[in-house]
Amino acid sequence: MLLEVKGLKAGYGPSWVLHGIDLAVAEGGVTALLGANGAGKTTTLRAICGMIRTEGEILLAGKRLNGLATENIVRQGVAHVPDGRGTFMELTVEENMRLGAITRHDRDVAADFERMFELFPRLKQRFRQQAGTLSGGEQQMLAIARALLLRPRLLLMDEPSFGLAPLIVQEIFDIMRRVQREQRVAILLVEQNANLALEIADTAFLLETGRIVVSGTAAEIRQDESIRRSYLGY
Amino acid sequence: MNGFIHQVIAGIATGGIYASVALALVMIYQATHHVNFAQGEMATFSTYIALTLVQAGLPFWVAFFATVGVSFCLGVLIERVLMRPMAHATVLTHVGLFIGLVLVVSNLTGWVFDYTVKPFPTPFHDGPLLGGLVTGHELGSTAVTLVVLGLVYVFFRYTRLGLAMRAAAYNPASARLVGVRVGWMLALGWGLAAGIGAIAGIMVAPVVFLEPNMMLGILLYAFAGALLGGIDNPGGAVVGGFAVGVIENLGGTYIVGTELKLTMALVIIIGVLLVKPAGLFGRVVLSRV
Amino acid sequence: MASETPLLKRLLGVDQRVFWALGLVLLVAPVFTVESYRLFQLTLAAIYAIAILGLNIITGYNGQISLGHGAFYAVGAYVAAIMMDKMGLPYWSTLPAAAVICGLVGFGIGFPALRLGGLYLALTTFSLAVAVPQLLKYKGIEQWTGGVQGVLVFKPDAPFGLPLSSDQYMYLFTLAMAVLVFVLVRNLMASRIGRAIMAIRDHGLAAEAMGMDIARLKTNTFAVSAMITGLAGALSAIAVEFVSPDSFSVNLSITLFVGMVVGGVASIIGPVFGGLFVVFVPNLAEEISKAAPGVIYGFILILFLFVLPGGVAGLLRRLVARLLR
Repeated sequence: MLLEVKGLKAGYGPSWVLHGIDLAVAEGGVTALLGANGAGKTTTLRAICGMIRTEGEILLAGKRLNGLATENIVRQGVAHVPDGRGTFMELTVEENMRLGAITRHDRDVAADFERMFELFPRLKQRFRQQAGTLSGGEQQMLAIARALLLRPRLLLMDEPSFGLAPLIVQEIFDIMRRVQREQRVAILLVEQNANLALEIADTAFLLETGRIVVSGTAAEIRQDESIRRSYLGY
Repeated sequence: MNGFIHQVIAGIATGGIYASVALALVMIYQATHHVNFAQGEMATFSTYIALTLVQAGLPFWVAFFATVGVSFCLGVLIERVLMRPMAHATVLTHVGLFIGLVLVVSNLTGWVFDYTVKPFPTPFHDGPLLGGLVTGHELGSTAVTLVVLGLVYVFFRYTRLGLAMRAAAYNPASARLVGVRVGWMLALGWGLAAGIGAIAGIMVAPVVFLEPNMMLGILLYAFAGALLGGIDNPGGAVVGGFAVGVIENLGGTYIVGTELKLTMALVIIIGVLLVKPAGLFGRVVLSRV
Repeated sequence: MASETPLLKRLLGVDQRVFWALGLVLLVAPVFTVESYRLFQLTLAAIYAIAILGLNIITGYNGQISLGHGAFYAVGAYVAAIMMDKMGLPYWSTLPAAAVICGLVGFGIGFPALRLGGLYLALTTFSLAVAVPQLLKYKGIEQWTGGVQGVLVFKPDAPFGLPLSSDQYMYLFTLAMAVLVFVLVRNLMASRIGRAIMAIRDHGLAAEAMGMDIARLKTNTFAVSAMITGLAGALSAIAVEFVSPDSFSVNLSITLFVGMVVGGVASIIGPVFGGLFVVFVPNLAEEISKAAPGVIYGFILILFLFVLPGGVAGLLRRLVARLLR
């Protein structure tokens, strides 16, 4: 397992939002984290990135992440596409992308830029533009490109479909599947749209009010009528 | 006519000083949304360090760079020791810390270096050039200012570190998520601002002479310049600084006289707030949510 | 805050009126027990307390930071000096005049700056404070201000043939003014307007959403705050018997700010401690060096912000609360 989370508690104030969850993300696989609004999905991603107070254990390839500052966790190879996309609105698309690779000192950055243009041709068109002028879908693409330019081992994605038109969502998920296959990056995908997420995920965890209530392969969960009805609502 | 042109040139020369200090203010403002009221005092302290080094026999430019280096370190230190622990305190607390800093630095300056007004050497040809249109020091200090501003521009626009600093200033949470060490970027910003302030102090000291309150009026003009250009826009602050320098000199010569120069800065500040609070180049960020 | 008296009442187990009477005796006692220079210092402390209370209204209660209240103090002082010396008007008539003029100046400065919020008021007032001495020296108004020389005035003698020296009378007169202003401000802050003033500081957006005209209330609050500090300035001119541009440098504004933080931000009683602090601490520190008061001021300010953000008043409140538990 690339990422192992054991007995993780996390929260913002004095009380916990997560009450001791266990989850794991396999090397090079896609793991979906599902659940309703307020179940603690975003909180889980923030906890992994050290953005909030935590208790329990978070291991990346056996190395403890808890207690590290966010920037140091990121430097271990954890990229995060945050909710709200985290675009640097005042900077250009180019600068946003350069920031994605800011911790890298190897010579392949230029090649990776080309690869991102191939995946997201629209970013090339908008290269010199201020990122704040991009549409929601373009900003989501930029956020993914920025995360991939880190060359992460683990990619955390927070609701990439949020607020986007279905066609664009489809485009983005197609690209993610392609990236995942070609680059062998492990993805932990948080989604409210369970159907969509289970299509590309290998395994899935279902979160309810801060606890994992169901876990299994994506196929199992997709087929289980009762889970679908009681938790996923379709 | 010659007099007029000389006033404009002299205005540009002092405007460069204001522009530097305004830039230092805006850099800290962008990163922390605080106005460093102690910027002037810190620069004065630095200028005394330079004078001490020159009097100790160091060549001017060696003293210059040594002072900038020391000031940079002091700036970083102040951020780490004083500002960092209070990062989440109220605005009033932050302003209080700046005022505390003003008090400590200005009085320490007086205590250590005494209160007498001291002449400060210029490294440039000392006297009129181009038929009295400009003095050597005016020309030299303007050149130094322009070089500094150019370097700062190149640093922020084209270097990896400059980009990281801008990212940390605009969006600290996102900056952390791409691996930028945001805390150090703030400290670095303080260091750079202190270094730029030191250069401004060294360049203006031969003109206004060195005393513990040397930078007080200059800080006021820098405020005016920063507001005129847009407090969130470094380029605007620079243009605003130069503009205020020219306005000050022309206004001082032809309208209100030198006695009310500080009041002119106040009038510019209030005028900007009344007419165009965002400043001339205050940026409106386009955003389609 | 308003809860101080009940706490003390519970602590001492006495009726509130007894407490007030006791306080009054304590305040008046120095007139007969203290030598005249010390009495003059206490007068100054009371004047500074009023000035700091004025600052506390806008900065402490309303959350709008002013770094230039020294300017209003200066305007108040000059209004008093000019009225007494150049117009031959009685000292008491200068107080309402100074208050009104400072209120107008405060409105004029506050109007552009407070629409914008943020640090604009701090910036503008700081600039005002820096510019004021130069403005007072300006040749064009020298016939009134006396330029660099300033204006000399004379302390009034005690009226009605009271057997008091002018220092003793000045102390009592200042004390009466201080009590009046403190009671008025305390009532203002306990009123609906006072709650609105604090709501802007604590819940700016909510206050706006509730339909309050925030900019206007802030500007009015600033004007009131300037009035009170201007009144203190007028009293200072009468007590010190002299005004000159260099007594009103930016350091005065900073002194008032330090006094506010040390005494207690957003506290009615705090400015009293602030006034005592700014008068007596520099005296002690000056014996070390000319620069020492400033350095010590700065260190104390920073220390308070780190360790005692509630100031002396906050510390007392905590002590009293602990005693009552």
